[in-house]
Amino acid sequence: MTEAVPALGVSGVSFGYGRRADGAAFAIRDIDFQVGEGEFTALLGVNGAGKTTLLAVITRLFDAGSGSVKVCGFDMGKQPRDALARMGVVFQQATLDLDLTVRQNLSYAAGLRGLAKADYAPRIDMLLHRFALAERAGDKVRSLNGGHRRRVELARALLHRPRLLVLDEPTVGLDVPSRRALVEHVHALCREEGVAVLWATHLFDEILPEDRVVVLDRGRVVATGSVPEIKARADAPSLDRAFHALVGRNAA
Amino acid sequence: MTAMGYVRALQAVVWREVLRFVHQRERFVSALVRPLVWLLVFAAGFRAALGVSVQPPYETYITYETYILPGLCAMVLLFNGMQSSLSMVYDREMGSMRLLLVSPLPREFLLTAKLLAGTAVGVMQVYAFLVIAAAFGIVAEPWGYVTVLPALVLAGLMLGAVGMLLSSTIKQLENFAGVMNFVIFPAFFLSSALYPLWKMRESSELLWQICALNPFTHAVELIRFALYGQVDWVSLAWVLGALVLFLGASFLAYNPARGLMPKKAGAGEG
Repeated sequence: MTEAVPALGVSGVSFGYGRRADGAAFAIRDIDFQVGEGEFTALLGVNGAGKTTLLAVITRLFDAGSGSVKVCGFDMGKQPRDALARMGVVFQQATLDLDLTVRQNLSYAAGLRGLAKADYAPRIDMLLHRFALAERAGDKVRSLNGGHRRRVELARALLHRPRLLVLDEPTVGLDVPSRRALVEHVHALCREEGVAVLWATHLFDEILPEDRVVVLDRGRVVATGSVPEIKARADAPSLDRAFHALVGRNAA
Repeated sequence: MTAMGYVRALQAVVWREVLRFVHQRERFVSALVRPLVWLLVFAAGFRAALGVSVQPPYETYITYETYILPGLCAMVLLFNGMQSSLSMVYDREMGSMRLLLVSPLPREFLLTAKLLAGTAVGVMQVYAFLVIAAAFGIVAEPWGYVTVLPALVLAGLMLGAVGMLLSSTIKQLENFAGVMNFVIFPAFFLSSALYPLWKMRESSELLWQICALNPFTHAVELIRFALYGQVDWVSLAWVLGALVLFLGASFLAYNPARGLMPKKAGAGEG
């Protein structure tokens, strides 16, 4: 029996912006972890831990200095187009075209993926319905609130039916109900469609007990495992206490 | 991705650029007002000062307005080429460039698609300008409006490639205005757009040589001859050569991570 290929395999990845004044040459160093099909994995770390840098390397915005990133078995360095075709990304910074309508934004993204209108038009309708955006389809993105914009970005990342969804602190700037709704939407995707998710965050309440966690601190992975495993390893009653024990400082 | 997929991706990039242009009414109006001011105000005042003798492709004496019409078409393309690059710098700063970079398309394809999209917008502007000029009685040969199309596309691509090369080397939006002043004005004034080169030669041999080497001069002459159903082969070769050179250089110079990197080393967001 062969072992299943993980949706994301990160192996020995390091990346540096150049030597810093404090002597540290790497923003992230020797990163190893995997995300299996249908798994929700939280990349947990405080601001400055290296989450955004790691996601930029995983999505090929930056070329890895060393190590490899594989998406569904395709190496991002050697087969970037096969790897990127299987990945959807929601960036921390909003990347929607404010002067285009919701549907125009989605059509544009579908076109960039080479999808035919006959394929993407029903897919857009389905996603708009799923994320309760159908009534806003003809509205300019400029008129949408932050929660709705995030949902459009999530719909856009799912247009081409990716096997891996990468989200960089997607709840930044959202109110509590919108945050909760987004977390629920993405967990439902894992359960119902088997999409693998890598969710970068510094907020513990976005992580459910059944999720996996990769703890990042000062550019290094300090722990990986399920929530109970992380708690057991730190001998802590809750995830936030376990996190504080592992990184040895307050995350607030 | 299949060949059809690439065609769809190209369509998407062009369609978005056109939609953005249509939504930016001020940009459309200023793209038209700028050459019209030159044509209707500057040329009217300058007509008496500058006589234009018979020279190819013209078969008779022409008015000054008729002379500068091709140069103003090229000016529209020049401004648009710089503006399209400006929008690339903007896209990079605003983050929408990231969407392009995580799509499964080669970066050379993305840059070429952006260039074609910008050129499509520029050619639309030129035709709108030509229609208004015709309404004021400044016309070319009737078939010239068709035969000029390939010349406009080539000139638009070449000037857009210059802008793309500039945007590859510019880190931030604020730096762009200065570069525009150092590129657009010298390119325009050191060319055959406003005066025949033999006039320039009478004044200064050195300036004449600079004008003759300026790729913008050749874009103007390519358009001028095409408006009369003729091909200026030397200018065609210059424009094609400059296009290959500038596009190749922008492929080499384009660093997708520029602008995405934190300003200070190690100062990542998360």
